[in-house]
Amino acid sequence: MVLITTALALVFFYAPNDADQGFVQKIFYVHVPLAIVALIGFIVAGVLGAMHLRTRDDTWDARSYVAIHMSVIFGVGVLATGAIWARASWGKWWVWDEPTLVSFLIIFLLYVTYYPLRYSIDDPQRRARYASVFAITAGAFVPINFIAVRMAESLVHPRVLNQTAGDMPGEMRLTFLVALAGMALLYVTLVKLELTSKNARRQLRRLRRMLEEEHSGGAAPPPIATVPAKPN
Amino acid sequence: MPALPLDEAGKYVAGAYGVFVALILIYVAIMAVKLQRIEREIQSLTELARERLQERS
Repeated sequence: MVLITTALALVFFYAPNDADQGFVQKIFYVHVPLAIVALIGFIVAGVLGAMHLRTRDDTWDARSYVAIHMSVIFGVGVLATGAIWARASWGKWWVWDEPTLVSFLIIFLLYVTYYPLRYSIDDPQRRARYASVFAITAGAFVPINFIAVRMAESLVHPRVLNQTAGDMPGEMRLTFLVALAGMALLYVTLVKLELTSKNARRQLRRLRRMLEEEHSGGAAPPPIATVPAKPN
Repeated sequence: MPALPLDEAGKYVAGAYGVFVALILIYVAIMAVKLQRIEREIQSLTELARERLQERS
């Protein structure tokens, strides 16, 4: 929260207006960090999915799910802020022949299909396995897509994170890095919040079952602390 | 396109940052509802545990 507030203060009171775009370029400091964090989140979800397949520990699957969930939410922010910036800069809400925009939309829509895939499988083990395979495959697609976009010819969308980004003045670069750090911390905080909430609900369900089974005389399930995390 | 004047550009910038803040607020509101549900569940389980203890004694 402190970093986000600092970033906002830097955006509006420290970073100079862009010589070309003017004040509207301030959208850069929210749009680009959102996009970078969302894409990295997708890749991290793939790594977490691989950890699940390797260890068969459902906690990794839950982490992978939450990382994708949060990246999709951030993705909504990327598309919305990008459309607003496009309208202000290019006079259009969306440009269909621009590789950067369309590729991000493809990635976003790809991950939107993760939800129906996940919730269409009833068996928790199978669901976790399939979801992990999806996370790995789609996660590998993200950097490939990034490289492909780099190789394609850009029409209107500028390329960030390249050599020409070194032209960014020091004040702008500092503001951007603080905004990026703030966004990354926000992502991590929200992922932790979501995971904690999921774990609490799961343990409460377990506790209820234990109390009810004990009352009915059935065999009690193992203690809560040893129960592996289930994906939702 | 030439750079927009400040009053025009301000609307777009406010819109973009507003979307970001709205997203976070909606998410926090959803999490608050979930937290309330957890709190109710804890209350219900506490009652259940108390009943079990009374039954035993």
